Amino acid sequence: MSVNKSLTALSPPGPLSADIQLTADGRLHHFLTIEGLPRTLLLEILDTAKSFAGVKNQAVKKVPLLRGKTIVNLFFEASTRTRTTFELAAKRLSADVLNLNINYTATVKGESLLDTLRNLEAMYTDMFVVRHADSGAAQFIAKHVAPHVSVINAGDGRHAHPTQAMLDVFTIRRHKPDFSKLCIAIVGDIMHSRVARSQILALNTLGAGEVRVVGPKTLIPVEVERLGVRVFHDIAQGLKDVDVVMMLRLQKERMQGALLPSEHEYFQLYGLTEKRLSVAKPDVIVMHPGPINRGVEIASEVADGARSVILEQVTYGIAIRMAVMSMAIGARAER
Amino acid sequence: MLTAPRATDLIDRMGQEIKQLIHTGSIERPLLVGIHTGGAWIAERLHRQLKVDDPLGTLDISFYRDDFSRAGINPRVKPSTLPLSVDERHIVLVDDVLFTGRTIRAALNEIFDYGRPASVMLAVLIDRGGRELPIEARVVGYKLKLMPHQHVKLSGPEPLELKIVNTQAAAGGETP
Repeated sequence: MSVNKSLTALSPPGPLSADIQLTADGRLHHFLTIEGLPRTLLLEILDTAKSFAGVKNQAVKKVPLLRGKTIVNLFFEASTRTRTTFELAAKRLSADVLNLNINYTATVKGESLLDTLRNLEAMYTDMFVVRHADSGAAQFIAKHVAPHVSVINAGDGRHAHPTQAMLDVFTIRRHKPDFSKLCIAIVGDIMHSRVARSQILALNTLGAGEVRVVGPKTLIPVEVERLGVRVFHDIAQGLKDVDVVMMLRLQKERMQGALLPSEHEYFQLYGLTEKRLSVAKPDVIVMHPGPINRGVEIASEVADGARSVILEQVTYGIAIRMAVMSMAIGARAER
Repeated sequence: MLTAPRATDLIDRMGQEIKQLIHTGSIERPLLVGIHTGGAWIAERLHRQLKVDDPLGTLDISFYRDDFSRAGINPRVKPSTLPLSVDERHIVLVDDVLFTGRTIRAALNEIFDYGRPASVMLAVLIDRGGRELPIEARVVGYKLKLMPHQHVKLSGPEPLELKIVNTQAAAGGETP
């Protein structure tokens, strides 16, 4: 199998996600991708999440908003952080949560995906949170679910991971609220990263000053400039005067063929160390979506250092997911 | 035609009344909590007038409303801030207009998710009647009898102004 480097090949077939993720009056029904969403809606998600961030300070860390709703975590691919934060977000909204790891359930017995969906709908569920190794999987499910069910994309192949991108911009906003002045470098394996694609779309929609992608030629898709980014293959140049460094995980499981010489050599060329970080702005913040490959894309001294906001990202991930879930389920209200 | 009273005069009077309650020992070291948005403006003035040392709290009850399945989430929701523990404290809950009582029900639920206060007392600028729940205010700035199609609105924060709005006329295509 050959690696397809073209960006257009990553768009799933059929109607665009943007056409199905909003209701007729422009409210969020499904959350599949950042693509096509207006800036006002992204700001609404960020503002709503800001209020949810306060819930953790309550003695009872819960609000009754989604009482009586049932949310299904439909995970076809391994995940710890994303699944647990989606689960916690749903529970803090007082929803009931069902966790399904599909390799253990009916599909191994030969039940088709659509049959699984029909069965879950018949149990009066309200939302599917979907993680899948294939690009376009969440969109496929969104197109086939009953109208009262919302679908949230928790990562589909190399296509999109919109809640991760939103929690990333939320974290940046807490530290550096004026996006127009910011220079942001996304560093590492852009090619296999649904996170990077969603981050670029979110940052551009929110009017970030400059977005850079930094990495070896073999890990950067050829047409990436079309997304409105500057490409750097030299990390010293790429990190010069940046306000934010967004590291990516080296996705060994998605790599086919000889894209990398070795992990050791990758670290020598692109690993983020304190020394490399010294060319960035003095108040630079360092982010990583996790899980971290220590000593591969990032040194422990940086990951655990004063400029790292990696654990804040995890905390804010819950608030962002609470916002998206309550907005999507609330969008079905008649109003 | 009804005219609305001056909000600032009413707040002064409410402050006097709360002061009296503190004086007689009905409430001790009150913790002022205003409900977004109008209630927070009033609570801020009362906070200054009563010279309360403890910081002011504000509540946005959007996450506790009983009409989520009908109205969805309020896109202008603000964070709630209760800077001090509510445990064993006497809370003076402040809102602009008391109508059905549903907002206060939601606010009480939210407060109790923060802790266990010693007591909660309600102070409102306007009581317009029409209660749907067994909730009453201890301190009332002004009682107003309104028709179902009439609403009273507080605008602010500077200046604070009460207006009576006739929703029926607006729906009938009133010229601006």
